[in-house]
Amino acid sequence: MTDLLRPRAMGRSPRRVEGPAKVTGTAPYASDQPVHDPVHAWLVQAEVARGVVTSVDTGRALAEEGVLTVLTPDNAPRLASTEDAELAALQSHDVDFRGQVLAVVVARTPETARHAASLVRVVVEQRPHDVRLSGDRADLYAPEQVNGGFETDTAEGDLAAGLAQAAHVVDRTYTTAWYNNNPLEPHATTAVWSDENLLLYDSTQGVHTTREAVAETFGLSPERVHVISPHVGGGFGAKGTAHVHAILAAMAARALPDVPVKLALTRQQMYSLVGYRTPTIQRVRLGGSADGRLTALAVDAIGQTSRFKEFAEQTAVPARTMYAAPHRRTTHRLAALDVPVPAWMRAPGECPGMFGPEVAMDELAIACGLDPVEFRVRNEPEVEPESGKPFSSRNLVACLREGARRFGWSHRDPTPGARQESGWRVGTGVAASTYPVNRSPGSEANIRFTAPGRYRVEIGAADIGTGTWTSLAQIAADALGVDHGDVELRIGDTRLPKASVAGGSSGITSWGSTVVAAARAFREKFGDRPDDGDETCVAMPESSASDDYAMHAFGAQFAEVRVHVDTGEVRVPRLLGVFAVGRVVNPRLARSQLVGGMTMGLSMALHEHSLLDERFGHVVNHDLAEYHIATNSDVPDVEAHWIEEHDPHTNPMGTKGIGEIGIVGTAAAIVNAAHHATGIRVRDLPLTLDHFVR
Amino acid sequence: MIPFDYRRAADVEGAVAEAARTGAAFLAGGTNLVDRMKLGVSAPEVLVDINRLPLDGVEELPGGGLRVGATVRNSDLAAHPVVRRDYPLLSRALLSGASGQLRTLATTGGNLLQRTRCLYFQDTSTPCNKREPGSGCSAIDGHNRQHAILGASEHCVAVHPSDMAVAMAALDATVLVHGPGGPRTVPLTDLHRLPGDEPHRDTVLSAADLITAVDLPPLPRGTRSLYRKVRDRASYAFALVSVALVLHVDDDVVRDVRIALGGVAHKPWRARRAEGVLRGRPVSADVFLEAAEAELADARPLSGNAFKVPLARNVIVSALRDLAWEER
Repeated sequence: MTDLLRPRAMGRSPRRVEGPAKVTGTAPYASDQPVHDPVHAWLVQAEVARGVVTSVDTGRALAEEGVLTVLTPDNAPRLASTEDAELAALQSHDVDFRGQVLAVVVARTPETARHAASLVRVVVEQRPHDVRLSGDRADLYAPEQVNGGFETDTAEGDLAAGLAQAAHVVDRTYTTAWYNNNPLEPHATTAVWSDENLLLYDSTQGVHTTREAVAETFGLSPERVHVISPHVGGGFGAKGTAHVHAILAAMAARALPDVPVKLALTRQQMYSLVGYRTPTIQRVRLGGSADGRLTALAVDAIGQTSRFKEFAEQTAVPARTMYAAPHRRTTHRLAALDVPVPAWMRAPGECPGMFGPEVAMDELAIACGLDPVEFRVRNEPEVEPESGKPFSSRNLVACLREGARRFGWSHRDPTPGARQESGWRVGTGVAASTYPVNRSPGSEANIRFTAPGRYRVEIGAADIGTGTWTSLAQIAADALGVDHGDVELRIGDTRLPKASVAGGSSGITSWGSTVVAAARAFREKFGDRPDDGDETCVAMPESSASDDYAMHAFGAQFAEVRVHVDTGEVRVPRLLGVFAVGRVVNPRLARSQLVGGMTMGLSMALHEHSLLDERFGHVVNHDLAEYHIATNSDVPDVEAHWIEEHDPHTNPMGTKGIGEIGIVGTAAAIVNAAHHATGIRVRDLPLTLDHFVR
Repeated sequence: MIPFDYRRAADVEGAVAEAARTGAAFLAGGTNLVDRMKLGVSAPEVLVDINRLPLDGVEELPGGGLRVGATVRNSDLAAHPVVRRDYPLLSRALLSGASGQLRTLATTGGNLLQRTRCLYFQDTSTPCNKREPGSGCSAIDGHNRQHAILGASEHCVAVHPSDMAVAMAALDATVLVHGPGGPRTVPLTDLHRLPGDEPHRDTVLSAADLITAVDLPPLPRGTRSLYRKVRDRASYAFALVSVALVLHVDDDVVRDVRIALGGVAHKPWRARRAEGVLRGRPVSADVFLEAAEAELADARPLSGNAFKVPLARNVIVSALRDLAWEER
């Protein structure tokens, strides 16, 4: 058990400290950082999904006035490491996916660079490509492990026997679509290379993560790479690992010593270069006894990876935590395709992986004649089903009960298609949410006292719109026992002590634990009356809590859905979530995270769908006009609440991550509500009107 | 960015002469043209800016009706008191298109001349007969959820994206054009073409023809109208199907009816067959259904848009039902 901090600043809702700078346009994003006389890079991308570059003619591009250099597979310098195949920019003549970068043009203006890029002639000998994901492919394979380091397959008991003894069985296949991360700020890097030192202004979820990747790729010692990223206009996982544009910007900068090189991706380029969420195919089998207890539970998940680099979404992993069932199994299989490499997108694993199972739970509840809230409560496990560990805290039932109360669930007539109001069929649905408490190793924090009363807290953490600038300072204030205003936080720079990535909702747990440890060490060393200049730097302490406890956040989401009788249009007039996420550091910012996650879940349920054209091998609706994300009109009423939860095991603040759980379960709640409204069960996202128009 | 020349027109004749001489494209709001230039879909060598021409007025015509200048902004037209009073369906159509920011810039003429948002038309890395005649149609066997069910050809299945034009088609608007040979008029329903074997030609205009205004004739007293748009999200999406309906019912008999559909064809689709079924018939659910089905009898859905046929039918029927039995 950790020694929990007494909350004074925590639990309050100071506004974002960087808010005024952002709304007045003075917060420097990666491409806005003032640099002297920059030049601009533009990418040339492959227009086939597989092949070999046989020639690159840069003559016309180089002849344009203002063009400084064109890097191609023929002339690009060799990188020190190509271990991460995604970052092996221009190192080979092979084309592994459509959209792969085949050349980069650097010119004095972005307009010139863009025009010159169109003049580069790349001849590619095309090879047959294969980009079709399906459940019946003969070459599906089991990866060694899945994202997060989880086991690929698990099994317990005898699934066949568990299904055979069930009074009711659901055996269905559910699919989620290909989704692309669309942070408002496109990825951008400004690179300056001077005297074997590389400076990068990057839009990243982790300055040190980017530094490690870039340093390794170029064979530099990490101290020679300086990454600065004070503000990030959203990431959703797409900025959690370094992508190829950062390498290309650095490579161009190396070719033009002392000259700042700016490289900003277009929205279209993001659809092939910065990761995306794999489509999934989930066969879910649930067996239920006559009294509504699960006898068997199986999730067999199929996803895709690129052929040149593996990414294995952990789609079936949340099923290992959610419900009690004596006989169970989970599996993951992958199709290796000629596609860009998938990566993290808000709640990888949990987000797609709670869709199939939570819809199946609704289907089985109906088969058992039970209310879906009650059915979930009945299958609540006493310990984490697959690990056997006790939960550090688990309040799913409280979330379901509180959500039902707030939503007005008790008045619900369970009959599907029973309610109609002015031309709209109306229904309500529920689904559960979960997300693990992740703790990333490797952070350090420095605290320095400046008389008469300022504490400078330094850690290379990231604020990707989550509110770190504000909430981490609140934690520091409580750890030091001073006012929030007396803390001067510094983040987003590799000159600061090392910090782990803002990913897996692990930021506050990891950085917060580190800052608390630093504050305690500071007080131990210097007491309550430090001298000017006193400082101490400590690393995040070890924690064995995860050896002894299963640590997860939980939640319940309730949706009201309307489906138009004539047109089949689907609207979600009301979405309500109740979460159990440990202590909430800053309610204002927490609500923003949870509402944002739910909104993104609604968007996934109703709209989002990257359309892969199998003939060409790329996503063809690659912009914000055609890749639909929910608009304000689509989200009239999204409410997020939380219950008081005291968890002494997660970390000294008693927090759990909140950045991702909001998107988990939303799509299932909406699909379940649409079934309640219409009697039509949709198992393939998105929930467009063609499922309903008759 | 491909280099281009930019010139500002001093008057209509000058703009037209410049276009005739250089093949220039007219630049009004630029909300579609500039996008296409960025995408590499359009590459005019010369832009003639017509924003300062005196074409931004809305005036009432002596015999009734309204003349809308070509550079009147969509937001201004939607908010115009006479439009809101006499042509509420036009206001509705305008406000259901694009976003507030785009409507503030987009113009009447430019709205009519905006080009399809077919995914393949906008992606220069794929074949498209409209963009590159003879290269093939990628949509016919590709992603064609948004595409045409009426009047398409084996060369092109794109749809016209405008909402405003659909309302104007139902209003029997007339387009005023100034070309190298002087001024002329074109009925709005004849402005846009079906793709046939020349899908690169969206309209009957030649490159140097400049739209100067659109005339809206007055609606007879007692006429009701509506514009209804069905789309994949509640805002900022092109129509899957939209309907503009102008209806005059007297004594429970349809005296006059004009129906135009959006999202179903290469042009705003005037549903003349349905109108023929309805005219002179008593209002009833059966007649409405018969009319809608008559219009859609020749619908040829594609792999991804079969739902548009029942959707269009339901939208036509419900629009008729709602207007015919609306409380006065």
